Amino acid sequence: MVGGPGALGLGLATLWLSVIVLVPLAALLARSTDGGLDAFWSAVTSRQAVAALKLTLGCSLAAAVINAVTGTLVAWVLVRDRFRGKGFINALIDLPFALPTIVVGIVLLALWGPTSPLGVNVIATKTAIMLALLFVTLPFVVRSVQPVVIQLDREMEEAAASLGAGDLTIFRRIVLPNLVPAILSGAAMSFARAVGEFGSVVLIAGNIPFKTQLASVYIFGQIESDNPIGAAAVSVVLLGLSLAVLLAIGALGRWGARHEG
Amino acid sequence: MRDDRRVRLGLRILALGYLAVLLVVPVGLVFYRTFEHGLAPVWSSVTTPAAVHAFWLTIEIALIAVPLNTIFGIVTALALVRGRFRGKGAIDAVINLPFALSPVVIGLALLLVYGRGGWVHLPFQVIFSVPGMVLATIFVSLPFVVREVVPVLREVGDEQEQAAATLGASRWQTFWRITLPAIRWGVAFGVVLTTARAVGEFGAVSVVSGRIAGQTDTLTLLVEKRFQNFDLAGAYAASALLALISLATLLAMTVLKPRKDRG
Repeated sequence: MVGGPGALGLGLATLWLSVIVLVPLAALLARSTDGGLDAFWSAVTSRQAVAALKLTLGCSLAAAVINAVTGTLVAWVLVRDRFRGKGFINALIDLPFALPTIVVGIVLLALWGPTSPLGVNVIATKTAIMLALLFVTLPFVVRSVQPVVIQLDREMEEAAASLGAGDLTIFRRIVLPNLVPAILSGAAMSFARAVGEFGSVVLIAGNIPFKTQLASVYIFGQIESDNPIGAAAVSVVLLGLSLAVLLAIGALGRWGARHEG
Repeated sequence: MRDDRRVRLGLRILALGYLAVLLVVPVGLVFYRTFEHGLAPVWSSVTTPAAVHAFWLTIEIALIAVPLNTIFGIVTALALVRGRFRGKGAIDAVINLPFALSPVVIGLALLLVYGRGGWVHLPFQVIFSVPGMVLATIFVSLPFVVREVVPVLREVGDEQEQAAATLGASRWQTFWRITLPAIRWGVAFGVVLTTARAVGEFGAVSVVSGRIAGQTDTLTLLVEKRFQNFDLAGAYAASALLALISLATLLAMTVLKPRKDRG
């Protein structure tokens, strides 16, 4: 094992991972049933928790679908089009990764909140939630599709065009099939991110139970009202969802690799 | 041909329009709102004792979390790429978890370990105190260095390392003279991402901080607190400071990216 970290290094890495990540997650799982399985079940199926989970799933799914379209569009334009300031726009795509989520919340409130210069106030609506989720998840599809568009074989498109295929046909039959794995994995990542989002939505969503309260905000509320065990129960559902999405992305990656070869 | 250009222009307008409405206009508006009455009120707003304290606490937490995650990240990446052992897939999956988990859930998990009635009792206070905030920050920013270094290590291969070992170099020498120089831009890129996340973390830190004024307020917590206290100008000023740090991050990413990709 030349160049490897050795047994000591491996041990230290495993220990670090355990202390930082695994022990807290084990505590979350174990203590979510501190009040018994019945308490766990009633915490997860309480009407407010179910409403929050449903809203979270619906909005995250919508964000993933919208990102699949807009992200592909932006990636395409950034690779195939030429215009002044393209490098700047390209760098800007990562802004949502670099900007703290609470600042995203403030930023969205400035334009879409009560003091908006446009005179529109979407605070405490689903539109507000969608704006926040689309802001923070913007880079995922763009950054996963962009390298694939760069690699695309343009001769295939030209051949199709010379055989009389229109733009739409070329895109649907030649381009899109090559992009699908990248679009799906980018959309899955933005879904996973949206499901857990907190900082950017907490100021603008209004957090009205049964209407605009997302799961992470609901969990936060349960912690604040000194019900950490109930909060843990709902968290376990989110944790299961995150794990499922991660596994799906892993499977997608292997599927995509097979299709490339 | 004219048709083609029209399609291209249409797509460009759609894409740039989307980015403008979603990103550029709102961020620009916050900067405008922050500085519309000049620099003086902004300066006094970010130099209040609470703001100065929040600024230094943010730096302090990042200074602990980032080096630890960097060292850990390099060691783990080496183990994942060069090592041969069972359970690699499991480690790989666990590393990605902080990306997919809600920050609130991360904060809660720490609360259940170190908080009242929790699993671990240390002689010093962890929850509602700085150690808990450091742990939360390490948790959320854990994957970045590993994720950046793993592909670079794969790309450079281990031929040079083999050669160095054949010539009698120790493991340490091989690491310092061969491996580290080869991966340095990947590490640097990972460090930039880790720092940005550490400075900007809100949800997880918010759960474990207890938000004690002048003690456990970071910059992001200060933004929220000022907003809740109807100090909108103050919230804008602190946000603008954080946004400037983000822009510096973007600049660093843009400069480092080509070097990292060149290897």
